[in-house]
Order: sequence, then structure tokens, then C-alpha cells
Amino acid sequence: MITGLAFYVFSAILLGSAAMVVTSRNPVHSVLFLILAFFNAAALFLIAGAEFLAMILVIVYVGAVAVLFLFVVMMLDVDFVALREGLQRYAPVGATVGAVLFFELLSVLFGWQMSADAPVLRLSQIPSNLQNTRAIGQVLYTDYILLFQLSGLILLVAMIGAIVLTHRDRHTTRRQDITRQQQRRVSDTLEILQIRSGAGVQETGIYRPKPKPKPEPALAQADGHAQISGEH
Amino acid sequence: MLYSIAVFAPILGSLVCGFAGRSIGDRSAQLITIACMVLASICGVASWYNHIFANVPNGTVAIATWIDSGTFHLDWALRYDTLSVSMVAMVTTVATLIHIYSTGYMAHEHSTTSRFFAYLSLFTFAMLMLVTADNLVQLFFGWEGVGLASYLLIGYWYDRPAAARAAIKAMIVNRVGDLSFAIGIALVFFKFGAVDFTTIFANIAAHTNDTYHLFGAEPRAYEVIGFLLFFGAMGKSAQILLHTWLPDAMEGPTPVSALIHAATMVTAGVFLMSRMSPLMEFAPVALTFVTFIGATTCLFAATIGCVQNDIKRVIAYSTCSQLGYMFMAAGVGAYQASMFHLITHAFFKALLFLCAGSVIHAMSDEQDMRRMGGIWRKVPITYTTMWIGSLALAGIPYFAGYWSKDAILEATYAAGTWVGTYGFICGTLAAFLTAFYSWRLLFMTFHGAPRADEHTMSHVHESPPSMLVPLAFLSLGAIFAGWLLHAMFIGDHNAAYWQGAIFTAESNHVLEQIERTPFLIGILPTATGVLGIALAWLFYINNPALPVRLANTFPAIYRFLLNKWYFDELYEFLFVRPSLWLARELWKVGDAQIIDGVPNGLASMAEGGSVQIVRIQTGSIAVYAFTMLIGLVVMVSLFLLVR
Amino acid sequence: MPQGALAIGLGHYLTVAAILLVLGVFGIFLNRKNVIVILMSVELILLAVNLNLVAFSSALNDLAGQILAMFVLTVAAAEAAIGLAIVVVYFRNRGSIEVEDVNLMKG
Repeated sequence: MITGLAFYVFSAILLGSAAMVVTSRNPVHSVLFLILAFFNAAALFLIAGAEFLAMILVIVYVGAVAVLFLFVVMMLDVDFVALREGLQRYAPVGATVGAVLFFELLSVLFGWQMSADAPVLRLSQIPSNLQNTRAIGQVLYTDYILLFQLSGLILLVAMIGAIVLTHRDRHTTRRQDITRQQQRRVSDTLEILQIRSGAGVQETGIYRPKPKPKPEPALAQADGHAQISGEH
Repeated sequence: MLYSIAVFAPILGSLVCGFAGRSIGDRSAQLITIACMVLASICGVASWYNHIFANVPNGTVAIATWIDSGTFHLDWALRYDTLSVSMVAMVTTVATLIHIYSTGYMAHEHSTTSRFFAYLSLFTFAMLMLVTADNLVQLFFGWEGVGLASYLLIGYWYDRPAAARAAIKAMIVNRVGDLSFAIGIALVFFKFGAVDFTTIFANIAAHTNDTYHLFGAEPRAYEVIGFLLFFGAMGKSAQILLHTWLPDAMEGPTPVSALIHAATMVTAGVFLMSRMSPLMEFAPVALTFVTFIGATTCLFAATIGCVQNDIKRVIAYSTCSQLGYMFMAAGVGAYQASMFHLITHAFFKALLFLCAGSVIHAMSDEQDMRRMGGIWRKVPITYTTMWIGSLALAGIPYFAGYWSKDAILEATYAAGTWVGTYGFICGTLAAFLTAFYSWRLLFMTFHGAPRADEHTMSHVHESPPSMLVPLAFLSLGAIFAGWLLHAMFIGDHNAAYWQGAIFTAESNHVLEQIERTPFLIGILPTATGVLGIALAWLFYINNPALPVRLANTFPAIYRFLLNKWYFDELYEFLFVRPSLWLARELWKVGDAQIIDGVPNGLASMAEGGSVQIVRIQTGSIAVYAFTMLIGLVVMVSLFLLVR
Repeated sequence: MPQGALAIGLGHYLTVAAILLVLGVFGIFLNRKNVIVILMSVELILLAVNLNLVAFSSALNDLAGQILAMFVLTVAAAEAAIGLAIVVVYFRNRGSIEVEDVNLMKG
């Protein structure tokens, strides 16, 4: 009895906050309502007996994804005074589509029966003597190891993708280029100058500012001479 | 052995000269080719001597296997019989003389002439392959080879557009004949199962009565094959309908005209007829056609030759006309007379061309006879040799042409058929015209008041010895060849000479009947020849205003003859314009629009389509999200409904 | 066993999850304020999915639902991180995160 009541309460709040997510004007409100929806969904999972998944929902979804959403919403400095006119344009069609979808889902729900040998066709029977977490652990790393590894890969790819997409190279850090360092020669760095005894360093011309170079003697020939090189 | 050397020495010279000519220099290139040619001619004449006098029998010199595919077996082989060996001896000798002549004629060229000599030797090789072929495909190889060499040599001065056009024209017109020839070869293969002459000639009797079903009629197989082969010969030998390339071929250097378009390549068609005599003898309809074409050509070409003004073109039409004589003879069954005339004609026609070259050389490259005249004292040797050649050509007694030409005309008379008589009439008229235009050429070129300018006339000089020596040799041939050879070729014992190389059917007694022609018929050609000379004297020495008045009185006829009976214009209208039109249409519409249109069209379709589709990308994420959701809802609905 | 109306069965959980889902869907295209609300709506949808999974897990006595819910959670966290990173970078370049201003990808 308590279960039923709890179910109704949690699902009501869930649906309500989901509606608020899509209709809220302030995107920060939307995110917060999303968090509330996740919490209630976790509660529903608990009622269904999947306590591990419920906790994972809270930790991952609320703790990571929703927080990420919040970060981005805050960072992007979105103006929450938004246009509302567009809402009406698609509303009737959208409502129709949604209604159709909902109707189909319900028809599936009520026009459908469990097959007779369903109790036999299980992929992984829930063991009756184990905790949910332990039961999942027994199955996850043995029967579903491949999927487990693949999901790890997916996460890796997502991580790399996110970094690659958003990384801005600021050119403010100085880095070592080992190859260039190894290829350096003495002649690149050191120049031996001969200095007359008692002359001092001024003659070497290494002081700044350097003197202007003397203008080169111009190739001051008349145009008539320019053709000589062409003939023999 | 000698035979093989005779055939292959020229290609050796050609390859060395062609590939290394730049590096070894002009002089060495000429020396090498001439040395190879001299070797070839010595071996060629020696082979001929061996076969005729030393009784070396007919045979085949096998070189290599060519095609061995299923039932079709073909070898590279040289046929050693009288027909081939006579041709080899003539071709090598004349070609050698022309090679020597070319060293003098091409001396004033700006660029290296090693290419020219390489081509000349290549041509000689191809011609030799043609005449020594033991099978039709090898003959066709030689046929195509001489066509190629002709193209290369006519267009030797390739920077002249007229020369390039003439070379292409020669190639294309020959091609028409070649196509027919190739079909003939294919039919021969289908009929006999092989294409080598030994097999074909052995099985002639077996297929005499076979017929083809063709367009509803049932012609005899031999008639069809004979006709196809002759059509090929028409192209190569410039008979009427396929003659248009020969006058244009005069764009090439004069030695080329002498070698290719007088002595050798154009005679390949006549040679083919004689070679295929075993088959042709059993195709009387085809032979009738041969005679008819030959007769018509000889008269037609002679009429045009009378009004041409370019010295080389007159001689070119003369060649065309004489070839008509040869085909006439072959058509009535006197192949021996045809071959005899071929040999004598080679000598005096080559001589005439080389003399013309000598004249052109003397007149500083002037070819128009209207701008020549009055030079006979300055170039006496050329003048004398030209007279000798013309006398031989006109059939004046005891010169070379007399024996062969009279034999042909008597043969056509003796044949007794309507084509024979037609041939006789055409031939006699042509003899008259031949003498006329030959002396017209002589008188206009050498006599009368000089019509060239002072500068040219002061430069008129006799040709160098490299050009005169071949002229001398050829003159000897033009004088004595007929007298020396007539007994062997067409005399009573000619069968012993030919040793079966030429086949005559049992009903064919034409050669014997030549002996029984009436005396008046016998002297008719000579009489017409003398008349022609007299008329030429009248027109060009005695009263030079007469031809001008005649031309002005009959301007239409004059223009008709001057424009070569408008054949070029006719062909341009019938064939060239439609082909060009078709090509242009296929290019502009077929290729550019239709074939290119497919990828272009696809591309523009893709482009247009994408422009439309791009409109979906509004860039507004609200719309995107919206679309996604609607899609989701639709899919779910569909799933539910279907399930 | 609790009485009738208070007997919580699978259907109740599923109804709640359905409403939550629809609310999230509404949130995506009804909001005109800023892009972050879209991301939060996506989180709501994922929460609804998790709720579904856990409900079924408990009803069918099958741990697989909870395991899957855990992975969904992981992915949701990763996606939230990347999404926010994109928003931050976008804001740096554009200066605003209003939904209507995000239209640079217009074709």
C-alpha cells in the first residue's frame, strides 16, 4: 500500500517536473527541474527493485550530466527573455504528433500480452538470494563483458571528442621542442670573434642598435648594356 | 637460292636505309640500296636465265609457315615459274635503273633522301612478293604492300597539300578494288578449301559447274570469282571507273611515277589476270567484261591524253590506255600477248617517264608543256631517248611496242566475238590517238619557239650521267626487247617458254589465229600510228593555230576532255559528298548529341535532381527535429498497422 | 498484496514512461528558446526508456533489462557531453544559441 502511494506521488512529481523542464522560461529553472525529475525517477527505480540502477542514476545523471548542463547554461550567458511567438506556429502539429505517439503507446500497452513461455525465455534470471548490486556484478563482467568494454570505449571517445571540440590553443605556454633542441649545433649558438688587442668590444658591432648598412654601389649601367648578357 | 636473294635483297636495303638512313648519311644510304638492288637484279636475271635456258624446272621455294589454323594452312613461299621469273627479272632491272636515276633526280632536295630510297626498295620488295606469291593471300600481301608504298611515295613531299590528297585518293580508290579482291579470295577459299595456287589450279575442273545463289540469279561460281578478282585488278591498274587516282598520283616525284605507275604496280592487275588464267579461262562472261573494260579504258584514256597540258599527265593517261590494251588481250584469251606487252611497256613507259623527269629537271621544275618548247638542241640525249620511247609506244615497226601491240590487236580481231571486234576498233582508234598525243608531247616540249622565260631557258642543261645512263639502258630495252622476246612470249613455241604458267583452255586458239590475220589488218595499227604522227606534225609544227581553232570551235568537247570526262566531279557528287555528309551527321548528331548525350544527360539529370533535393536542407534544426519525429511516428504507425 | 488501485503493475510503469516520452518529444519541437532545452528533452526521452527497461526487468525477473538500462545511461551521458561541447563551440562562433539561428547548414 505504501508502495502504491509512493509510486503515485513520485510519478506525479516526475511528470510535473518533466513538463516544467520543457516549458520553463529560464534555462536554469529547466535544469533544476530536470534534476528533480531524475531524483523521482530514481525513486521509481527503487520501487521497482533496481536499487543499483537508482543510485547510479543519481550519481551519474544528477551528479554529472545535470551539473554539466548547469555549467554550460551558466557559461553561455543565455538571455532568458526569449521569443515566444514561434511557440504557437508548431503547436497544433506538434500536439497532433504527440497525441498520435501517446495513443500508439497506449494501444500497444493495452493490446498486448505476455507470451506463454516468457518465464522461460530469460536472458539473465534475477537470482533470488543475492542483492541487486551483487547480482548485476555477477552478470555484467561475465556475460556482458563485451558490451561493458564497448561502453568504456564510447566514454573514451566522448571524452576525446569533447576535449577536441572545445580546446582552445592559447599559445601562451611555452613548450619544449625536443627534436629542435637535439638538432642544435654549436654554429647556431656560438660565434667566435677576433678582437684586436686593446681594441674593446665596440668594433665587433654586436651592440644594439646596429649601425645602418652602407648602401650598395648601384648597378648604374645604362639600359643599352643590359642586353649584352643575352648575346654571345 | 638466287631467286630468294632476288626477292629479299631489296627489303634488306630498305630496312637499313630506312632505320639508319639519318645516321649513315645520304650517300651511304643510296649506295646501300643501289647495291642491294643491283644484287637483286643480277640474281633476278640469272634466275630467269636458269629457268628458261638452263632448264631449271618449275618449283616452289618455301620460306616459312604463316598460318596454320584448323583446315587452313598457309605458307610463305616463292613460286618459281616462267610468269613469276619473267616479272622478277623485269621488276628488279627496271627498279635498279630507277634507283640509280633517283640519285640524280633527287639531288636537289632540301631534306635527306634516305627515306625516298627506303620507300623505293620497300616498294620493290612488295612487288616482288606479289609476283612470286605461291598463294592468293601472299599475293594480296604484296598487293597491299605496293599500295602502301605507292601512298608513301606519292605523298613523299608531305608538306604539299595536293600531294597528301593525291596519296589518300590513291589509297582509297585502290581500297574499293581491294575489297572486291578480298571477297574473291574468300570465295576461292570456300570453293577450293585452300588459297595456294597449286591446289587451286589442280582442282579447277572439279568445280567448273558450281553455281552461287545471288540476288535470285544463279551465276557460275567462276564467273563471280573472276569478276571480283578483275574488279580488284581494275582498282590497282586504274581501269575506267577506278582510274581517278592515277593522274593525281603524278604529284609524286617522277621516278615514282616511272616505277610505280608505269612499269610495276599498275601492271599488278594484268599479272593477276594471267596468274589466274586457269580460273579465268572457265569464266567467259567475266572475260567478256574484262575485254570490254579494257577496250573502253584504252580509248577513253587516249582521248583525254590528247588535250592535257601537264607532261606527266599525258604519259599517265598513256599508261592507263596501254593497260587497257593489256586487259583487252587477257580478255580475249591471249594472256601471253598481254604479258608480252606488259614487259615491253615497262621499258618504254619507264623510259618516257624518266625522260619527262629529265625535261622537268632541265626546265627548273616546270611541268606545263605550254611553257616549254625549243629545247631539243640543248638536251639532245633526252630528246633522242624520248623519240625512241615514243616510237616504241606508237608501235612503229620493229621497236618494242610494235610486236606486242600488234599482237594484241590481231588477237582481238581474231577472237571473232563482239567484244573482240569492239576491242579491235577501240584499240585501233586508240593507236591513232596514242601516236597523236605522243608526238604532240614531243613537238610541244622540244620544238617550236621557246615559250619559257629567259631565266629558265638559260638554265636548260642536260641531265647528269646518273640520270642519262638509265635512260640509255631503257632505250636499249625499248628498241630491242620486242624483237628479242617476241618469239619466246607469243611465238609458235611459246608453250615451251611458259611451261604451264599460263593456262589456255582447249577452245582457246587465239594465239595461233594471230598468224592468220589478213595483211591489211596487220598493218592497220602501223598505218594509224603514222597517221597520228602526221596529224601531230600538222597541228604543232606546221600550223600551230589549228588546235586552238579546233578547241574554240568545239569548246564543250574540249572542256569535256580537259576535265577528264568529269569523272572526278561525278564521283565527288555520288560518293564523296554523301560520305562527308554522313560522316558529319554521325559526328555532330550521332556522336556529339546521342552518344555524348547519354553521359551528359545523366550528369545534367543528376545535377537538376540534386538542385531539387537540396531544398530539403533548410538548415533549421527545428525542422530537422520535427521531420525526424514525424518519421518516427509514421514508422511506428506503419508497424502497428501492418502487424 | 496491496489492494486494487494501489496495486502497481507493469502497466502503470509503462504509462508513466509513455507520458514522459511524449513530454520529451513535445519538448524537442515546442521549444523556441535555445538548443540546450532540446538536449534536456532528449535526456527525458532516454529516462523514459530506462524506466521502461527497468519495469520490464522487474516484471520478467530478468536482469538483462537493468544491464541494458545501465548501458543506455552510459551512452546518454556520453551523448550529453558531446552535445554540450558542440553547443559551446557553436556559441563561441555564432554568439547565440537560439534555435532559429542555427541555420548555417542551409543547402
